[in-house]
Amino acid sequence: MVHFTAEEKAAITGLWGKVNVEEAGGEALGRLLVVYPWTQRFFDSFGNLSSASAIMGNPKVKAHGKKVLTSFGEAIKNLDNLKGAFAKLSELHCDKLHVDPENFRLLGNVIVIILATHFGREFTPDMQAAWQKLTNAVANALAHKYH
Amino acid sequence: MSLTRAERTIVVSMWSKISTQADVIGTETLERLFSCYPQAKTYFPHFDLHSGSAQLRAHGSKTYFPHFDLHSGSAQLRAHGSKVVAAVGDAVKSIDNVASALSKLSELHAYVLRVDPVNFKFLSHCLLVTLASHFPADFTADAHAAWDKFLSLVSGVLTEKYR
Repeated sequence: MVHFTAEEKAAITGLWGKVNVEEAGGEALGRLLVVYPWTQRFFDSFGNLSSASAIMGNPKVKAHGKKVLTSFGEAIKNLDNLKGAFAKLSELHCDKLHVDPENFRLLGNVIVIILATHFGREFTPDMQAAWQKLTNAVANALAHKYH
Repeated sequence: MSLTRAERTIVVSMWSKISTQADVIGTETLERLFSCYPQAKTYFPHFDLHSGSAQLRAHGSKTYFPHFDLHSGSAQLRAHGSKVVAAVGDAVKSIDNVASALSKLSELHAYVLRVDPVNFKFLSHCLLVTLASHFPADFTADAHAAWDKFLSLVSGVLTEKYR
């Protein structure tokens, strides 16, 4: 089980409190689809994904990004039991959505980059390390029920 | 995989800004690498682990390498960071033929350094995070994509002689 130190928890929750989840979520999902275009395979019903500006401005992308990042926020409230917190979502991503867990790692890294653009100098190497640990742990929790 | 003309333009134009802060960017990239992926330190046994450093406090069990001073700002870290960024700069200047520009470096990595390929992804990611943190306005989704692709290409060149 992943253990977060008090410093790591503080780094995570402290920064999260300042994040505009709706905006950041849309950006995160948008960048995933722009930087790794093969991830668009899951979003045929989303309409126009033909360019970076189309993707970043796409209302379905923004809405879904907000949903995803809100769920990520739940992880932060359950740092001591991520596997339990994401058990149902893990089953969903495997059985219904058929998402390769590699995508969770890609999204996690995109989230880290977005935090860097928003927080600049405040997003220190130590801060990044705590967040990499979190995104890694969330990715593992989401992959945990795969079979 | 090769870069489109638009992607090359993005990388080259951002580079002119980046190169004015090359040392800072290089040092910070390595600091991020060693903080987030401490296993990367195994390639630097000749660097000192400075007592009192953040890395040492966090990863005390890994203090079996005496030489490289990995605390933030150390001269060794700065020198090595500069080297890495200079190499990226060489790739940018020869963006139409990265393989040729980095041929010697590719051989060095294949026959001497033999850094496991997974680490190129870690280093590339840390460089992207550093760029995002220093140049948020320039680091748009398009720029992010172009740089991710460019660094992936550079990593490919550096590992292409491994076997």
